[in-house]
Amino acid sequence: MGAFTRHRKSRLVIANFTGFEADLLRSLASQIVELLRNEAAVPDDARDPFEAMMDFSGPTSEPEDPVLQRLFPTAYPEDPEAAAEFRRFTEGTLRDGKAAAACMIIDCLEEAGLPPELAEDGLMIDVELDEPTAETWMRSFTDIRLALATRLEIEEGDEAIWLALPDDDPRAQAHDIYEWVGWLQETIVEALTA
Amino acid sequence: MSAASPVELDPTLSPDEITFLAKPWVTIVWNDPVNLMSYVSYVFQKYFGYSEAKANKLMLEVHNDGKSVVSTGTREEMERDVQAMHEYGLWATMEKAT
Repeated sequence: MGAFTRHRKSRLVIANFTGFEADLLRSLASQIVELLRNEAAVPDDARDPFEAMMDFSGPTSEPEDPVLQRLFPTAYPEDPEAAAEFRRFTEGTLRDGKAAAACMIIDCLEEAGLPPELAEDGLMIDVELDEPTAETWMRSFTDIRLALATRLEIEEGDEAIWLALPDDDPRAQAHDIYEWVGWLQETIVEALTA
Repeated sequence: MSAASPVELDPTLSPDEITFLAKPWVTIVWNDPVNLMSYVSYVFQKYFGYSEAKANKLMLEVHNDGKSVVSTGTREEMERDVQAMHEYGLWATMEKAT
């Protein structure tokens, strides 16, 4: 359940989710929105206080949260000054874009009939996305997966470690969700290139 | 004001070197354990307009060698590309071409 496909006639990218799956996606997307808004993007206060006060443009230092560090990487690893300038001019826009993308997932699911509180059993949510909307979902799935992977400390080639965890380990459950979102993303890419 | 005087072009300078002088910056995409190979290739095709073959080649370079130069241009152009890659969730940096 949940795989995206391209509808032959309408060319829309479609999927149907159980109520549980749709609710889970909404919860993941909401967490991204919250994370992006919680740790405010603030200018570096190591600077001259007056200079810092007069600067409303954007952050110049790396975020503290490792997830945000991964979402907004340092563009110039060898040049702190240029990196700070780049961050100042881009991070605000990137944050807004990523939050808007996650909000779009929530809106689509709710427009497709996901109630504020999931109550009834057997609820199915059908989503039909045009191409730009499907691309936005696909991008936001990346942010969700980067966030989960950073929290789980996923590394290259560590699949065996995750498989060996007992089922009731919360990390195993989080890893299953990470894998599931990855599979969903794979099917969106396939649908968009079909 | 100045007056131009006749200049002999250095015939040993190849067109590639001239491009290199004018476009001294590169965008690098680094490997990460998260992004799907299909997605990375899709992004390279969609954003840069690369053919599927070129996008796959660059994606495999990232995957196998840990990084790949995905575009070359002026500093401003590369800042746009790096920002776009961050929008797509790819880990990108920029530096002067060596």
